[in-house]
Amino acid sequence: MFKNAFYLYYDGFRSMVVGRTLWKIIFIKLFIMFAILKVFFFPDFLATNFATDAERADHVLNNLTRPSSGNH
Amino acid sequence: MIEQIDLTMVNWARATFALTAMYHWIFVPLTLGLSFICAFFESIYVKTGDEQWKKLTRFWMTLFGINFAIGVATGIILEFEFGTNWSNYSWMVGDIFGAPLAIEGLAAFFLEATFFAVMFFGWNRVSKKAHLFATWMVAVGSNLSAVWILIANGWMQNPVGMKFNPDLARFEMTDFGALVFSPVAISHFVHVTSSAFLYASLFVVAVSSWYLLKKRHIQFAKRSLTVACTFGLLASLFVAYTGDEHAYHAANVQPMKLAAMEGLYDGEAPAGLVAAGLLNFSKKPGDDEDPFIFKVKIPMVLSLLANRDINSFVPGINDLVYGNTAENIMGVEEKMVRGKLAVAGLGDYKAAQNVGDQLAASKALTLFEKNSDYLGYGYLDSAEQAVPYVPLIFYSFRVMVGLGTFFIFLFAAYLYLLYKDQLEKQPLLLKLGAFSFFLGLVAHEAGWIVTEVGRQPWAIQDLLPVTIARSNLDAGTVEVTFFMFLILFTALLIAELKIMTKQISIGPEGD
Repeated sequence: MFKNAFYLYYDGFRSMVVGRTLWKIIFIKLFIMFAILKVFFFPDFLATNFATDAERADHVLNNLTRPSSGNH
Repeated sequence: MIEQIDLTMVNWARATFALTAMYHWIFVPLTLGLSFICAFFESIYVKTGDEQWKKLTRFWMTLFGINFAIGVATGIILEFEFGTNWSNYSWMVGDIFGAPLAIEGLAAFFLEATFFAVMFFGWNRVSKKAHLFATWMVAVGSNLSAVWILIANGWMQNPVGMKFNPDLARFEMTDFGALVFSPVAISHFVHVTSSAFLYASLFVVAVSSWYLLKKRHIQFAKRSLTVACTFGLLASLFVAYTGDEHAYHAANVQPMKLAAMEGLYDGEAPAGLVAAGLLNFSKKPGDDEDPFIFKVKIPMVLSLLANRDINSFVPGINDLVYGNTAENIMGVEEKMVRGKLAVAGLGDYKAAQNVGDQLAASKALTLFEKNSDYLGYGYLDSAEQAVPYVPLIFYSFRVMVGLGTFFIFLFAAYLYLLYKDQLEKQPLLLKLGAFSFFLGLVAHEAGWIVTEVGRQPWAIQDLLPVTIARSNLDAGTVEVTFFMFLILFTALLIAELKIMTKQISIGPEGD
């Protein structure tokens, strides 16, 4: 059964025509998203700027109770 | 407060989210609908054993695969944006969205990933029925993924089954059933998925019409059209029905959105539905100007749509902003007073907790809880800020409804002419059919504009305005990412169009 499953994927990937181009696009896209965009442009704001959940909660509460401060 | 906040950042963050969501939504509905259409085609093949249906199924499955591959993971960028641009919001809703999105991830992974390989690689390796089962599971799995995303979105339109935890600044789930079976979420899901079926049917109509115009693959195109137009007609009728349900729920939980959809400033009983109209752009809430330069109104229909009662009162923007004591409608001004008490209560609670004054904390918490339903209004500076941008919602709604109605007639005309075997002799209709796919896209995006712009200024209805939901970032950072996404998504769209058109021009023989 495992052998059949393996060959399903193995032969399937080997015989792809359009699929080869599509997989290239998928990998390039995922690389751009995770290795460039996520790392350099989309840090998790709270995870990056605060060490603990208590600090994060405090920051959000500050924004909720004094929204005019710390928003710039 | 709101004037003191850097609105530019909020607007760039909103524009980036809108851009990402609208691009994402080019691919998603095609995946949702085409997966079912492929399952229908393959079911006919398994039932009849006719190899032509197998060839047909494989062709549309290839186009489904292209769209899936280009669109996959484009939604992840939305999650990046939550963490970066909307961190206050992300923190506050983490407990609510965690469960639906985790279930979505698992359902997508196990159902789609497992059966995808069988669907594409399993021809001639597994039995016909096993392969058909895999195809159906991909269709069900894709649509199940959408369920959880739309439940999360439905919660933002109508937050239920939760309680705000003032210590952690989070909305915590108290009733999973209320979240999942919220009528708003359910009507949202059925409306969106049925419109995806319609959109995918239009895709098949467009490609098949092009073949008929080129006099290529005629039998193939007619078979494809028969299934797609039947599915499309049923889907478009269901879209009309679910759209009515959706508007009914909006009337109950988001009356401002309904009033904006109708350009209704002064409430009426009975209220008529504006079938067509030209808005007066200088109209503002509370002034004496006529909201319309020209309008065609159908009497009583809006009352029926909103309340299921042709004589009922439907509130307008002025009633909702300034209140209407005769109709027992609390205005935004009064809600703002209560909202500011909630904000003050929350601040006092936090201050009392910090110094360990439990009595003061308890009093502050009572004040907060008494007014917490109006929390979001506490961040508004004027009552008029609770009004979304009316012209965009009014016209988007009419574009969506107008095109939805047109699609019903289009599918019916195609089916009639297919039945009479006259379709090939109607080049104008075929050209219209080929173009209608793009109209379907316009209708879809217009629908999302009504849903999302219509609930502004709220990120979470009545509880959290977008100005507070955002991160403390400067506008420049968000502006850069907006243009990066514009380039990335445009490149993906060009890639999809190039590969898709190449595959369509090769046709079913190229499989």
